[in-house]
Amino acid sequence: MSYASLIAAEAAETVDFAVLPSLVLAPLLTMAALLLLPPSREDYLKLTALVGSVITGAISLYVLYAFDMGEPGFQFVTQREWYSTLGLSLFLAIDGISLFLVVLTGVLFPVAILTTEPHHDPKPYYVWMMLLMAGSMGAFMALDLLLFFMFFEVVLVPMYFLIGGWGHGDRVYSAMKFFLYTMAASALMLVGITSLVILAAPDIGFATFDVTVLADNHELGRTASILVFLSFALAFAVKVPLFPVHTWLPDAHTEAPTAGSVILAGVMLKLGTYGLLRFGVYLFPTVVRDLAPLFLTLGVVGIVYGAAVATMQSDLKRLVAYSSVAHMGFIVLGIFALNNQGLSGSIIQMVNHGISTGALFILVGWIYERRHTRQIAELGGLQKSAPIMAGVFTLVMLSSVGLPGLNGFVGEFLILVGAFSSARWWAVIGVSGVILAALYLLWAYQRTFHGPAEGDNATMGDLRRSELLGIMPLLFLIVFLGVYPKPVLDRIEPSVDALIAHVESRVDDFDEDEPEPVTRAGTEGLIQAAEEAHEGEE
Amino acid sequence: MSLLAQTDLTEFATPDIAWSLLAPFVVMAVGGILLITITSVVPVLRGRGFPAGFTILTAAVSAWFCRSIWNGFAENGSQSIVADALAIDRMTIVVWAIIAMAVFLVAALFDGYLRRENFDGPEWYVLMLMSASGAMLMAAAQDLILIFLGLEILSIAVYVLAGLHLRRLTSQEAAFKYFILGAVASALFLYGIALVYGATGSTNINVIAGARAANDIGLNPVEDSSMVLAGMALMMIGFAFKVSAVPFHMWTPDVYQGSPTPVVAFMASAVKVAGFAGLVRVFWDGLGYYAPDWRPLISVLAIASLVLGSFMALAQSNVKRMLAYSSITHAGFILVAVHSLAGGSEGGLDSAEGVVNSVAGGEAFLFYLLAYSLLVIGSFGVLTMIGGRDDRGHNLDDLRGLARSRPVLAGLMAVLLFAQAGVPFTSGFTAKFRVILAAANSGSYVLAGIAMLAAVVAAVLYLRVVVSMFMVDAPAVAHAMTATVDDSEADAETEAAEDEADVVDPDRWARIPRPAMFAVFLAVFGTLVLGIFPWGENALREAAVEIAFLRQAG
Repeated sequence: MSYASLIAAEAAETVDFAVLPSLVLAPLLTMAALLLLPPSREDYLKLTALVGSVITGAISLYVLYAFDMGEPGFQFVTQREWYSTLGLSLFLAIDGISLFLVVLTGVLFPVAILTTEPHHDPKPYYVWMMLLMAGSMGAFMALDLLLFFMFFEVVLVPMYFLIGGWGHGDRVYSAMKFFLYTMAASALMLVGITSLVILAAPDIGFATFDVTVLADNHELGRTASILVFLSFALAFAVKVPLFPVHTWLPDAHTEAPTAGSVILAGVMLKLGTYGLLRFGVYLFPTVVRDLAPLFLTLGVVGIVYGAAVATMQSDLKRLVAYSSVAHMGFIVLGIFALNNQGLSGSIIQMVNHGISTGALFILVGWIYERRHTRQIAELGGLQKSAPIMAGVFTLVMLSSVGLPGLNGFVGEFLILVGAFSSARWWAVIGVSGVILAALYLLWAYQRTFHGPAEGDNATMGDLRRSELLGIMPLLFLIVFLGVYPKPVLDRIEPSVDALIAHVESRVDDFDEDEPEPVTRAGTEGLIQAAEEAHEGEE
Repeated sequence: MSLLAQTDLTEFATPDIAWSLLAPFVVMAVGGILLITITSVVPVLRGRGFPAGFTILTAAVSAWFCRSIWNGFAENGSQSIVADALAIDRMTIVVWAIIAMAVFLVAALFDGYLRRENFDGPEWYVLMLMSASGAMLMAAAQDLILIFLGLEILSIAVYVLAGLHLRRLTSQEAAFKYFILGAVASALFLYGIALVYGATGSTNINVIAGARAANDIGLNPVEDSSMVLAGMALMMIGFAFKVSAVPFHMWTPDVYQGSPTPVVAFMASAVKVAGFAGLVRVFWDGLGYYAPDWRPLISVLAIASLVLGSFMALAQSNVKRMLAYSSITHAGFILVAVHSLAGGSEGGLDSAEGVVNSVAGGEAFLFYLLAYSLLVIGSFGVLTMIGGRDDRGHNLDDLRGLARSRPVLAGLMAVLLFAQAGVPFTSGFTAKFRVILAAANSGSYVLAGIAMLAAVVAAVLYLRVVVSMFMVDAPAVAHAMTATVDDSEADAETEAAEDEADVVDPDRWARIPRPAMFAVFLAVFGTLVLGIFPWGENALREAAVEIAFLRQAG
């Protein structure tokens, strides 16, 4: 089925107001309001930022509510003229693939703003947060290649300032490394984008950056497609980050302020995997299929390597950062499995990882604020002084480990099922990541919260009510998505099916012997069966 | 008909002059002459306010005339005037408008600068107006002699401007260096003109363009392509020097560092823009037939400028020097645009594909000139304000903690720096994107890749400046740079010190002059508007189509 025709069908059914542009404009307007406020009124600044992000989050929830479940194509299409001489347009739309990433962004920002404090210079801090929110929202909705690239790049600036201005330790070095590393990787992507547009123009008849048109029409030579895809893939791989281009992540994560880490892990890393899906799989199905073994291998190496390195960390935040490398490896594994379960699993895992890792970073941030250390060796016995925090930490950690009944399990399980049917041996090795995750997270938990509490550890304050309130939405989602993922899967799967159909129509020699795709009901059944089996074991 | 060809003076007929089409240029030149006359006759007006206001007004009038000429294009099309010596086409007007804009903004910078440095007198403004009129002449000239004339008017005024800060030795040194090297470049350029004249029998660009075509059908046996090639190479050196492309960039860091900061803003914008306009006029318009010969030369200059400019910038600690190297990188980008503009000549000059390639290149070229001028004037504008007396405070360390004491200024500078680094939603990104698009359009993927990677390396230097401003706190002991006075200069400074009552201000940065702030605001505003809105894209397309067809017409 052609995506372009789906859009045409959708265009008739217009929404009353420009919903998607408002998701970008609301944070920008908040930013403008913040710029006008005096820098000394910290309370007003925080309130303004919170209100702005909550409004944006509410709009994203409205999108979730108004989203047409059975519709595989793009919805809420907004397309405005822009640089018409160059073939650019302001093209925003969402489908099942981007819907939950938009909602995730809408949820994580208010939580991050509510649960963390900048400690100094609140005005620029909230200004950067709002710019970051606008940029991330835009990146997940843009269907014009260049517009996506612009959002993709512009988020570097606020994150750079957040790390460099409010971070810890060697913050300036980390901020520079983060900015340059990601910018260098995406530099060639711009060349790739322009080359793709120009090479595809003779076939299409005009130059356009419209992803839907490019996906349906472009017929590049084989070498050209591979080179262009690789220029895209490098940019996304650094963002994900895939092994071996992950080295910016531990530094950036560790030195970033808590909110920065939350957004970095929760939202910005998703730009990489989302990009691989939307601009890799969708635009270059044949190349993706041919190069899948490479990316599967890198994903699996990332899983094992990230887990192994995480196990050896002595810094709690660095441990969580490396666990991100492992988890993102899972998502890449799911994407390059190139089947329904793999893709659905990777999308839902993107959301889950955003929630769980975001929550973990918030918790680590709270521990750091109370104890002024993140060294696991200096912590211990926190369970006694902060029982509520210990409970919250347990829940979040188990979700990250992938315990059945919590959200992490759903994604990882689907990914492994998908990968097992199309890339068996990679899946087999990848499974070890689940076990290793249990190892490093449980071990870290044990060393931090169990044992005798000495010195400051014994007197550490527990969670305040406001903090608990702030993290509550994430805890709710962890449990809800784990117990009842159906509403999410229902909205993801039509788009995934359409994407798979698109890939198959492009790849002539798609494996004949591939097992019959498991239907949605089948997926549900598999999860239930697996959960029951697990519960039986316990 | 060329000017040199008219040797018989008895028959010299004064060409018709279409004054209305020349108005922007005439306003600029007459403005300069009037200003020096008025201020000589009425000394009261030598004060600081009048010359600045007069210059700003002159630039505005000039720009207004540019606009009315542009609106006339729809009816009359572009024209060659003054006996074919000047081309009033869309490229000319765009470049004229950029130059007028540069004069407008830099005059606003001069005002506060001259007050702070305690220089009075209208010379700065007069020289700038003169230089701008030379730049305009160069951009419009269709005759090699006129281009040289424009180049010299432009350059000599700028040599003097570079040395006008009488108390600073580095300013004298900069002027001297600029003059010596510039004179050599001019001489080479002139020699190139002579060779081309010898080969083609004319200095007029249209005739030169036609000469080769005539040669092909055996009508013009004078044509000697080896002489043309030698002449081309020499002229290329002349232009490469003016636009500071590697390896003819040696003067740039020293001159930028030594010259008074607002003068650098003018140098880096108007002078470079005129140089590039002349380059395109001579090489594409006149010698477009030889594009396969000179295009590789351009690509070598471009790559060298991109790579060396961005890497050398890393080693600097003086912000003016850094920006000098970054301007070399920008020159590399513009050369990539020129390279793709000439890409139309590959695979058939008259093919539709070739024209499309050239259009993309022409758009990128003009847009980059505009975006870059705004960026560089804004950046040097901020440096002007925070430099402190005698332009001392231009080291990276001097910027430390600027975000805390002058948050607005630091914010504006950050926008300008990130725009130069090519961050989206600024004109810097749009300009780079257009260049990359044009390069890919003409099939130069490798060149595009090198340009983007160089942009990343160059980003390091902008980030270093941002780090200084935002992420490192000011040193505990204030420099009090505004208060330090060298003994040898104490006498001259006494009066100045009284003026500068704020030297005891705990704030390290002198008070911020409003006009300069306004100019920087305008630059930042333009940078953002050009990055977000497709403002003027149709005008740009028209101009680029015309440039693409310049060669075809010849």
